[in-house]
Amino acid sequence: MRLSINGRAHDVGVEPHELLVDTLRDRLGLTGTKQACGMGDCGACTVRLDDETVYSCLVLTAECDEHRIQTIEGVADGDDLDPVQQAFIDADAMQCGFCTPGQIMSMRALLDEVPDPDEEALVRGMSGNLCRCGAYANLVPAIAQVAR
Amino acid sequence: MRPFEYERAGDASAAVEAVASGSAMYLAGGTNLVDLMKLGVETPERLVDVSHLPHDRIEETSAGGLRIGATARNSDVAAHPAVRERYPLLARALLSGASGQLRNVATAAGNLLQRTRCPYFQDVSKPCNKRRPGSGCPAREGEHRNLAVLGHSEACVATHPSDMAVALAAIGAEVLVTGPAGDRAIPMPGLHRLPGDEPQRDTVLEPGELITALEIEPLAPALAAGSTYGKVRDRASFSFAVVSVAAAVEVADGTVRDCRIALGAVAHGPWRAWRAEESLRGAPATAASFAAAADAELAQAQPLRDNAFKVPLARNLLTTTLAELCEEVA
Repeated sequence: MRLSINGRAHDVGVEPHELLVDTLRDRLGLTGTKQACGMGDCGACTVRLDDETVYSCLVLTAECDEHRIQTIEGVADGDDLDPVQQAFIDADAMQCGFCTPGQIMSMRALLDEVPDPDEEALVRGMSGNLCRCGAYANLVPAIAQVAR
Repeated sequence: MRPFEYERAGDASAAVEAVASGSAMYLAGGTNLVDLMKLGVETPERLVDVSHLPHDRIEETSAGGLRIGATARNSDVAAHPAVRERYPLLARALLSGASGQLRNVATAAGNLLQRTRCPYFQDVSKPCNKRRPGSGCPAREGEHRNLAVLGHSEACVATHPSDMAVALAAIGAEVLVTGPAGDRAIPMPGLHRLPGDEPQRDTVLEPGELITALEIEPLAPALAAGSTYGKVRDRASFSFAVVSVAAAVEVADGTVRDCRIALGAVAHGPWRAWRAEESLRGAPATAASFAAAADAELAQAQPLRDNAFKVPLARNLLTTTLAELCEEVA
């Protein structure tokens, strides 16, 4: 089947029971997307399917042939970081960093939909991403840096 | 996950035929089914993908209600202008459930058909009458803090986790299905059944039946204006209800003219509070009436050892929700 990932077509043979997170990481080497809980509870595996955030650990790859997929590897423009990525660095919005790719995907999607979110919109938009280090507080200055 | 075959249905009748003929299941959003397959709770040999069928539209009905396609995404239903304006309690219920990533994928029909989160149902190493009929129910004497206080049976004390179903049970809706024996409409509440001695059956759907749409009854503007969905949970977001309530009240001259009330996370399905409604209709919009209505409904509660707190919790949630709604309307 043909998958469109980060603007590039990839021809891959996949098993019917293969999950998108495994195709990305194990077949295509796109290991920026992380897997933690594997049950749709934590958000580490968040990618965008036709611009909408999804948990790639619950999506069968077989369903994805008609959709555009974006992973964390497709967020920067070459060597130029996306403003959200830069804001995570500037605001130190992480500790161990394992959940960060998923957090960035969700924050980018939130800002694409609501360019200037208030705290309630931030909390709602980011509530599907858990951080076991508890490094939530600095998401607020991070998003403030990018919001207009 | 156990390997399975995957096929994409060309149309609804092909999907029904494919599922009716063997060990196959419908796949839509998959947010609960894939989860259960990973746990080994569900082990279909074949998945028939119905997410591409043209069942995702949200349209007006001739009766003045809304027809929500079975595969409309939860996020799209919650954001739809007609839902937000005419059924605010439904939009609130949807947004109070799961997370953005799940709502973007999960479908309307899948939301109604999701399975209980009872820890014994989800653990294949444990007995469970719902998963393996006749094997027993460890929840009755075990971990049941979050399980049923109304309508449960010796065989099963599971609760249904959907928020949307509670709002639909309060508003009133028809679930349109097609199946091996043809098409039919199932009223809400009424899709979900009490466990009795067949807890393996969550709903009244027959094998192979496929939900194609939900037709929501029109809700009088005065009721819609005085409606909300309230949810108590252990953490503020991305968590299942401990108790929830969908309520709509119409008040005129200090009297409750009409009302709709359903409770969530207290039974095997959404619990329409008919007795509370009957008590409240025509009564003065006072704290005493709200308490009497809650008591009328909850008198039938049969709490278990560790979930008796859910009865006063439901009472308090219902009375404060009604009080806030009546204040807003006044």
